[in-house]
Amino acid sequence: MADDVKVKEGIDAGTVAAAKALQSENYSAGFQTDIETEYAPKGLNEEVIAFISDKKGEPSWMLDWRLKAFERWKTMTEPGWAKVQYEQIDYQDLYYYAAPKRGAKYESIDDVPKEILDTYEKLGIPLREAEVLLGVEGAAETAAEARGGATSSKVAVDAVFDSVSVATTFRKELEKAGVIFMSISEALREHPELVKKYLGSVVPQSDNFFATLNSAVFSDGTFVYVPEGVRCPMELSTYFRMNAENTGQFERTLIVADKGAYVSYLEGCTAPMRDENQLHAAVVELVALEDAEIKYSTVQNWWPGDENGKGGIYNFVTKRGDCRGARSKISWTQVETGSAVTWKYPSCILRGDDSTGEFYSIAVTNGHQMADTGTKMIHLGKRTRSRIISKGISAGRSDNTYRGLVSVNKNAEKARNFTQCDSLLIGGDCGAHTVPYVENRRADAQLEHEATTTKLSDDQLFYARQRGLGEEEAVALLVNGFVRDVMQKLPMEFAVEAQNLLEVSLEGSVG
Amino acid sequence: MLQLNDLSARVGEGDEAKSILDGLSLEVPLGEVHAIMGPNGAGKSTLAYLLTGRDGYEVSDGTATLEGDDLLDMEPEERAAKGVFLSFQYPVEIPGVPVMTFVRAAMNAQRKARGEEEISAPEFIKKAREVSAKLKIDSEMLKRPVNVGFSGGEKKRLEIFQMMMIEPRFAILDETDSGLDIDALKTVSDGVNALRSPDRGMLVITHYQRLLDHIRPDKVHVLAKGRIIKTGGPELAQQLEREGYDGILGEPA
Repeated sequence: MADDVKVKEGIDAGTVAAAKALQSENYSAGFQTDIETEYAPKGLNEEVIAFISDKKGEPSWMLDWRLKAFERWKTMTEPGWAKVQYEQIDYQDLYYYAAPKRGAKYESIDDVPKEILDTYEKLGIPLREAEVLLGVEGAAETAAEARGGATSSKVAVDAVFDSVSVATTFRKELEKAGVIFMSISEALREHPELVKKYLGSVVPQSDNFFATLNSAVFSDGTFVYVPEGVRCPMELSTYFRMNAENTGQFERTLIVADKGAYVSYLEGCTAPMRDENQLHAAVVELVALEDAEIKYSTVQNWWPGDENGKGGIYNFVTKRGDCRGARSKISWTQVETGSAVTWKYPSCILRGDDSTGEFYSIAVTNGHQMADTGTKMIHLGKRTRSRIISKGISAGRSDNTYRGLVSVNKNAEKARNFTQCDSLLIGGDCGAHTVPYVENRRADAQLEHEATTTKLSDDQLFYARQRGLGEEEAVALLVNGFVRDVMQKLPMEFAVEAQNLLEVSLEGSVG
Repeated sequence: MLQLNDLSARVGEGDEAKSILDGLSLEVPLGEVHAIMGPNGAGKSTLAYLLTGRDGYEVSDGTATLEGDDLLDMEPEERAAKGVFLSFQYPVEIPGVPVMTFVRAAMNAQRKARGEEEISAPEFIKKAREVSAKLKIDSEMLKRPVNVGFSGGEKKRLEIFQMMMIEPRFAILDETDSGLDIDALKTVSDGVNALRSPDRGMLVITHYQRLLDHIRPDKVHVLAKGRIIKTGGPELAQQLEREGYDGILGEPA
């Protein structure tokens, strides 16, 4: 599927062909790579945390930080308020660290085990990470051109294979621009002062059960720092992939855009199929200083479980951006098609005056998937603005909930929010729920909320089929129409993949 | 040739089932334009849906073939690829899908099903420009989502636009005149007439005669109570206009 994705108006042939594979045994990223893996001892205690910290060669303050989080975590209880159900997780029955045995660091791309490169190739994601990982300078550029992209853009990839970042590309070019883009483990060694300054400053250690767990055991993740006035010369990207059995994956991502800086970051995720549910509890922190802008896009297609609802990923993620400086802007765009259970609310704290937060979301659930997702926009600064566009698509026997909070603090004069939540139902056994919370302490705030729920109609389907479109193709076209305004917010590289995913996720949902 | 033989059909299930076509026979050779007229509830739109494969109708008897191929056996998209086109009485809105995207996807799906080359982007755009000029359709309209926020007249124009882009072998026009003012009626009719060709058949379903002043049919059929009760030339339409359906049927319809 990777090789024949073409950019076209409407639907493309490769995409439709790819949709032939929805049944979970055909989950196209569902394979396991046999490589020797090094684990931490099973279970969670101080020794395991010390083991992880030691493996990473971390400074001692970091170990203290982790242990403090762990102390806190032991006093917390798992929350249960989301509209999702899942089996009790035994936190002592998980591995908290798994790494390819050859170790974390590779001198050059040639040292990366072939199995890992093959894995990335098999994933078949439009960024052609295989090529990129092979270090072919301009590979992504070429791939974009090959697909007719007029504005070809380079993409730098930091690949996280289970817990360890195996390769970072385009490092040199980024260094020239002064951009730091590396795994967070490396950053802890090379730029400890920066990490220390910002880590936990947006999502505190004690924030919530899963974030606190992450603070104690996070094994790797990505660190980005864009210095003052720098516009990051390429899109940055991380591919997360979960491979080993029974490992929770706890990445930690920290992105800082200094005054006037700009960065666009893409996160893509896949995981092989397994019967065991795999826990994913990441933390993403974004910090935008004065006049800075961060655009964060996610395409998530983790394994949703089989047709009986067995297996799949539990995705419990804390993502938060802090518009710390005046006129700063943070924009979240997400396409969620995978995971058995998704529970996440990428949020913005609009602290700086005139800062802007945006949340664009497409969440697709099919089969037995459950998603409870949305955003929080916390207006603290004056004239802060936020915009929320959420598109939920439910099919099969799935449940899809939008849950959002717009909060206007007493100092946030003339704050504005626009929220639009649209739900599309395909078939009669699925559910869509919209739970918008508003806390407003200002009379001059302008808050708008629009919500619609529609059912994919037989009339629309027949109309499209009368014109010659096959049933699956017709559904894809109608769904693409439904999500169009969010799709347009995605970087082009991702938009193609996202469209592809929508189709795969919804195959078999009609008829 | 479109050939309907003793076609009977029901809508609904079990005790609710209602007979809507009752032994309807009709032949429309390629190269000809036939009109079907009839009072409300005669089964005109049912016939259009039945021929295009909409769910909810059960054929209890008879056959429908186009150039010898059994239409009733095919999925709607297969019939479309065979060349059957329906200009809908009530065109459907498709939010978020621009007209150009929709029409191109449709054309390419049909071509693919027939094993033909897809239409290239420049070729498609050129053709869309020509057709929209003929139909006096503003190019802005082609960028808007299909039928969303369109007036009744714009929707009908867009149906004819699609027909002229797709160039079907057999077109069924269901009440295309409704919602059109006089000028639009003329523009749309000019478009339909431009498509008349020896290898294309058309079935024009209408309640009123006025459309047939512009699209002159080779034959006029009167459909009532689920079957064709009278067939004649264009003069039959005029007779209907003068005498009403009651006059033709000989009893209140």
